[in-house]
Amino acid sequence: MAADKVDPIHQFHINTIVDIPVGGYDFSFTNSSLFMVVAVLLAATFLYFSTAKGALVPSRAQSMAELTYEFVASMLRDAAGNQGMKFFPFVFTLFMFVLTANLLGLFPYFFTTTSHIIITFALAMLVIGIVIIYGFAKHGLRFLKLFVPSGVPLVLMPLVVAIEVVSFVSRPVSLSVRLFANMLAGHITLKVFAGFVVSLGAMGAAGMAGAVLPLAMAVALSALELLVAVLQAYVFAVLTCMYLNDAIHPSH
Amino acid sequence: MFVTPAYGQEAAPEAEGAGSDVHAGTEVPHDAAHEGGFPPFDPATFPSQLLWLAITFGLFYLFMKRVIVPRMQGILETRSGRIAADLDQAAKLKEEADAAIAAYEQALAEARANANAIGQKARDEAKAEAEAARKEVEAGLEKKLAEAEERIAAIKASAMQDVGAIAETTAQAILERLVGKADKTAVAHAVKAAR
Repeated sequence: MAADKVDPIHQFHINTIVDIPVGGYDFSFTNSSLFMVVAVLLAATFLYFSTAKGALVPSRAQSMAELTYEFVASMLRDAAGNQGMKFFPFVFTLFMFVLTANLLGLFPYFFTTTSHIIITFALAMLVIGIVIIYGFAKHGLRFLKLFVPSGVPLVLMPLVVAIEVVSFVSRPVSLSVRLFANMLAGHITLKVFAGFVVSLGAMGAAGMAGAVLPLAMAVALSALELLVAVLQAYVFAVLTCMYLNDAIHPSH
Repeated sequence: MFVTPAYGQEAAPEAEGAGSDVHAGTEVPHDAAHEGGFPPFDPATFPSQLLWLAITFGLFYLFMKRVIVPRMQGILETRSGRIAADLDQAAKLKEEADAAIAAYEQALAEARANANAIGQKARDEAKAEAEAARKEVEAGLEKKLAEAEERIAAIKASAMQDVGAIAETTAQAILERLVGKADKTAVAHAVKAAR
């Protein structure tokens, strides 16, 4: 039990709440599922009730919702132009989902859904999938111009195209790993320092005095993690906007 | 404690292979993973995570697309419309105010011009009156001066006539006292000659 408490990996364990096996696969409702549901409900409830009145002069909550909306909208407009606004519901959903999931993860004993690579990878694949499908649907084969920059000497072309292809293929990986690794590393660090406090505290008075340092560290790290949680949601959304821009304007 | 490289590599390609359907044979050590493996790389949990992600994210997306985004668009459009309308009205009111100010200034200028004209007229009249009065007085004075000069001339003439007689009597008296007798005619001649 004591070992569990200081084990920094323990917080990432997925525990089944309701067992749902279907055709040999485990589709159980787990703590991860629970926190996805909680995150979505929280974000949806906030957005729903803060905008319910639709006041001309917004209340504080409505202001927050509007600021988030405007923030994402201007992000998308800056990156992808007005044509990109058709993806706005998707980008807004993505941002709110990741942001809420990240922030929820900061609470002690809460599960961080975005600390699992499969979730971030699925979201990244969703983005890239949309980019590829929309790109081909809109531009047909001209979408492949994405890999052929104009104004490059013919000799260099194979090399440049190869680089472009590799960079495109690595996008979902970097997009997902960035979010996943940030959340994972942050939570592990926080847990390790918090674990020091517990271990040192168990060693009597001298230990208690020594525990002040890691405690201060844990407090500082919590602040940092708050920043990281918001920043990573922003980075995820802003990169999504830039990739969507590639789908809308493939020739660069 | 930590994941072995082999384990990680096994998990990653499966994830990239797209999704939930690939790994049929990963019934593997469900419980063993709970004990030892690195949870984020445990493929046994992938189907559940993907399913619930699809459900929650999908519903959230629909909710956003159907309810939240249109509603917020409505709010923002109403607000910008209201602001534009208010600005229009403000511009209109300002125009009206400007027109009122212009009218007022024009009236003021007219009134000022009128006042100037009236003042000028009054000044001119007063000046003319004063001039006339002055001329009348001057004429009167001139007349009086002429009369006075005439009178002086008359007095002087009469005085001059008297001077001869006085000189004769005085000369005769002096001669009588000095020499005892005086010739009246000679004295008169002498006085006349002296004048």
